[in-house]
Amino acid sequence: MDLKDKLVSSFMAFENSVDIDHPVHDIRSEAMKNFELKGFPNKKEEAWKYTSLNSLQKIDFSIFPKAENALEYHHVKKYFLHEIDTYKIVFIDGIYSSYLSETTHDGVDICLMSSALTKPMYKPVIDVYFNKIASNQESLTTLNTAFSREGAYIYIPKNKAPKKPVEILHFATGNEASLLLQPRNLIIVEENAELQIIERHQSLTSNEILTNCVTEIYAAKSAIVDYYKVQNDNHSASLIDNTYISQKDASVVKVHTFSFGGKLTRNNLNFFQNGEHIDSTMKGVTIIGEKQHVDHHTLVHHKQPNCESHQDYKGIYGEKSTGVFNGKIIVDKIAQKTNAFQQNNNILISDKATINTKPQLEIFADDVKCSHGCTIGQLDEDAMFYLQSRGIPEKEASALLMYAFANNVLESVRIPELKKRINMLIANKLGVHLGFDL
Amino acid sequence: MLKIKDLHARVEDKDILKGINLEVKPGEVHAIMGPNGSGKSTLASVIAGKEDFEITQGSIIFEGEDLEEASPEERAHKGIFLSFQYPVEIPGVSVTNFMKTAINESRKARGLEDMPAKEMLKLIREKSELLEIDRKFLSRSLNQGFSGGEKKRNEIFQMAMLEPKLAILDETDSGLDIDALRIVANGVNKLKNKDNAVILITHYQRLLEYIIPDFVHVIHDGKIVKSGTKDLALELEEKGYDWLKQEPVV
Repeated sequence: MDLKDKLVSSFMAFENSVDIDHPVHDIRSEAMKNFELKGFPNKKEEAWKYTSLNSLQKIDFSIFPKAENALEYHHVKKYFLHEIDTYKIVFIDGIYSSYLSETTHDGVDICLMSSALTKPMYKPVIDVYFNKIASNQESLTTLNTAFSREGAYIYIPKNKAPKKPVEILHFATGNEASLLLQPRNLIIVEENAELQIIERHQSLTSNEILTNCVTEIYAAKSAIVDYYKVQNDNHSASLIDNTYISQKDASVVKVHTFSFGGKLTRNNLNFFQNGEHIDSTMKGVTIIGEKQHVDHHTLVHHKQPNCESHQDYKGIYGEKSTGVFNGKIIVDKIAQKTNAFQQNNNILISDKATINTKPQLEIFADDVKCSHGCTIGQLDEDAMFYLQSRGIPEKEASALLMYAFANNVLESVRIPELKKRINMLIANKLGVHLGFDL
Repeated sequence: MLKIKDLHARVEDKDILKGINLEVKPGEVHAIMGPNGSGKSTLASVIAGKEDFEITQGSIIFEGEDLEEASPEERAHKGIFLSFQYPVEIPGVSVTNFMKTAINESRKARGLEDMPAKEMLKLIREKSELLEIDRKFLSRSLNQGFSGGEKKRNEIFQMAMLEPKLAILDETDSGLDIDALRIVANGVNKLKNKDNAVILITHYQRLLEYIIPDFVHVIHDGKIVKSGTKDLALELEEKGYDWLKQEPVV
């Protein structure tokens, strides 16, 4: 049985475990129908031309983990940003771990999707926000919607800001031979409220893990949201990360994606600007090697005038790794005075590494500033000579230049401890120790 | 210290150096002058080991060792320093961190431990004062957004930190106003001693009023066409370079 058939036939079993009378279940059923119709995307679709899910579909993934698994904090401490205090929403094999988590209802809700989807007190919010911006067409999103049950639920009321950042961590233990995880997150940041999120998917096993995650974020008027995605999973884990963000007037949302690990990673990052004077920022650093694959598909839909979007993605590709960047910008006719910037710079450090990069601009307004640029190159020889002439050996010099290349993406990271951690991950990934942080 | 014998070098298919002979002894200051395109900067880059240039003939001997096979970093570890005409901007790496890395890599090559942080700090403070460099400047990204004068001063600061045996200053005076020139020259003079040597590559005589050379060489079309004392520089200032060019008879 292939994965699609297995998923379709498992849906009935899934229905036995959820409240099918809840209005959300109509959304799930509808989504299941759509997935059944479309199935997994294939390479004939333009958006999936360079990323193949064929080999993943041949794996006999468990769809429901068998039992609740436990982890000791000291075993997984290193995956947390433990230098500072944070709220934590932690899942082990898809199941919430109250032991490792620190949630709150003190003025803000930082808790669980399973509660939000079942408890009556959350129903008004769920009715308004659940699955309102997630695609009903994109088949992996519909697959996630069909099986949506657990994940992070965050609600920040007007004028509030949680005292500390929120970490969302998903661990896979390997108790299943291979496991499919489908977390579903809903994040609502009301007017003039603030939120910082750090998200990680971490497999602790060499067993195959596939995560198909969907996150919906609603940023109301003047809300500020920073979302940091740390993708440093081991090489038997694959991730399809679908993020949908709706912004209202004068809100500022920044998403940083750090892609160092994983076997196959596909990021679908979608911004919808539903107001004026909005700032949307997407930044990414990708450093991969071996046969790793990272695909960034971004979309910014400028639907109102006087907004900005900034995209800056840097990639360093070694060995036989492959990268994809596809940045789509749509500027509606009404969206005059739009400023949309997109930059994708890549360094190939191996003859066998490849990157496919493509800007996709659909501009229907006439008074806009849109710029895009992509480069693919090697390290600057003059800069190499300069560093070497100061006694810095070739390997360290090239690492230093790669640091410098990736650095401006880190400038906007607002949590210093996270910035330091990312610096260290970059150093490890480049295989050098420079003895300082940037 | 440095013996260059019949050096020929080319980049791609173009011959640039066509038989340079030069000997520099400890304690000496040599000025190399010449018109644009004569090969001055190429000579500097070839000594420092830039791989774009191919040595087709002759040799560079530094402290008795042939440098032909040595990488740029190995030459740096042996004590050769090149102050760049156009220092490269490295965003995200501060001047201080860059110097720490450079110094500790040189120490590592000599089998030494990293320099203790306290000692490093003291050295940085001492050398930055010598070149009248503001402390804030040291935490800025290397050369990024530096003025021409700041870049050159930073080059000499690096030289002061690394204490090379042979410093080659490639057009260090270009783009400097008179105050910056005085500071840079003063720094070089203070670092000068009987055991090290300096090669000044310059287009103009101006720098030589501040750093007095023992010898002046004029390079033209890849060869040293005239050598002399500092008086030669004054003569060049007066007459220009044309009288030295051996124009073919037509």
